[in-house]
Amino acid sequence: MSKTEFPPSITSRPVYGELEARSGSGHLMIADAEGAEAILDLANSADADFWAKAHIIYIPKKTGTKYSSQLEALGAGKYYAGPSYEAAQSRIRRALQDCHMGTQVYLSGTESLMGQAMAEATAAGIPHTAIQTEHRGSTARRMQCVHCKGITEDVTTDPFECSHCGLSLFVRDHYSRRLAAFQGVRVDAEDPGNIPEKVELFK
Amino acid sequence: MSAGTAKLNVTVAEVKPINDLVTRFKFVRTGGGDLPTFSGGAHTVVEMQDGDITRLNAYSLMSNPADRGAYTISVRRDDQGRGGSKFMHSKVKEGLEMVISNPVNLFSLDLRAKKHLMLAGGIGITPFMAQMHQLSMMGGNFELHYSVRTASLGTYAKELSERYPGKVHIYHDDQKEAIDLKTLLANQPLGTHVYVCGPKGMINWVHSTAEDMGWPREAVHSEEFLAPASGKPFEVKCAVSNKIVQVGEHQSLLEALEAAGIDAPYLCRGGACGQCETNVIGYDGKFLHYDHWLTDEQKAGGKHIMPCVSRFEGKTLVLDR
Ligand code: FES
Repeated sequence: MSKTEFPPSITSRPVYGELEARSGSGHLMIADAEGAEAILDLANSADADFWAKAHIIYIPKKTGTKYSSQLEALGAGKYYAGPSYEAAQSRIRRALQDCHMGTQVYLSGTESLMGQAMAEATAAGIPHTAIQTEHRGSTARRMQCVHCKGITEDVTTDPFECSHCGLSLFVRDHYSRRLAAFQGVRVDAEDPGNIPEKVELFK
Repeated sequence: MSAGTAKLNVTVAEVKPINDLVTRFKFVRTGGGDLPTFSGGAHTVVEMQDGDITRLNAYSLMSNPADRGAYTISVRRDDQGRGGSKFMHSKVKEGLEMVISNPVNLFSLDLRAKKHLMLAGGIGITPFMAQMHQLSMMGGNFELHYSVRTASLGTYAKELSERYPGKVHIYHDDQKEAIDLKTLLANQPLGTHVYVCGPKGMINWVHSTAEDMGWPREAVHSEEFLAPASGKPFEVKCAVSNKIVQVGEHQSLLEALEAAGIDAPYLCRGGACGQCETNVIGYDGKFLHYDHWLTDEQKAGGKHIMPCVSRFEGKTLVLDR
């Protein structure tokens, strides 16, 4: 799947770039699903000694084994594949704890993965401007309901139902870095019961 | 008034020679009362009435920022300099009334850092002294690596080692000791910010080594005050005030504008803050840009000059002042 061009939006909406190999004392790469493609593309320009210092944490999701053998073949010093972000989280925290200043962080794949890993990396002390990102794959959003605060993953329609409180929520571009989530606001707040038809906006 | 910041009337409360080159000065508010608070890394601009010349030099505040009763600075005598430090050493005595600016901080700590790694060279130690006071009160994590020429010229090295045991590392040039920068930078935990204050060569060394090692630009901070360079005298036309100003050999363009009664803005007087940036309306000649503010393109473009440190050689220079 190719890269997504997001339309220009409000300033809180994250923007993503293209991963490039940078000099650093280590390389922590965190990707999900099609995000593997960004790492494989970067491999075309990385030096031979790049991979020995690299640590790849990969969550294949629906892509199954499509990319994992290619990623493994890159010869990263450490390679881990896990079933979900939650399962990988303690490994991500541990990896950040162990690395030193000078380590480069590369995030690729869905906004949900990049946003959550970004929050971990900035909490560990890396300025967010120094973290590289590249969006690949699904544009489904991780949404927070501003009413019950519950998080709904993989939202593809607007409006959508909050998976916690059941309200119909309008999908905003307003983004919280701390929560790594977009904000969902009750769509029928002014006129209860008047819920527009769902439109599939994200894939 | 646009020039500088608000002024403070102070009296010199103590003059204390620290070693062969460095003297410490303590200022209290004339007539009593508290001085404004500041944060570690701030400097003040000291006005010196040297005969009919007014000199304005920036010095880092080194006292505890929590102490509002007095400010202290340390001045290294520079015999090659234009006279400001010599004036401080020879003319400033206890009881003298002076005017200094409100503190301005262009070298503040990034308090989001999990650790502060400080690298000082020579008299570049002074801003760190205030920062270490501040951090130790907050329980902040810091480490100082301080490079001095000899033990006897290691200004405050001994007292700092005693005040912050285990956090202060001193390197003596004459004993061939040097900061092992690569190893030091390689072993810093995530969230460390590095700060450097010292000679230009040291600052460049830290910036380029950190960059090569993958340190984010935002985590590397430096401060260097340039003393304005002397040079050939030149003439400048000031279009707004309609004056022609002569800039002397040992005078900066900024000082010449001030002497002519032109209200020119400044903060650091050392080419670092950007406050004095002035538009060039026309010129025939060449600029001698010495600042750290303008980009290389701007320096080549001939549309801007930083009068606090930069000069001009040629036929005509017309400024928007
Ligand atoms: S006064 Fe700060 S750059 Fe000139």
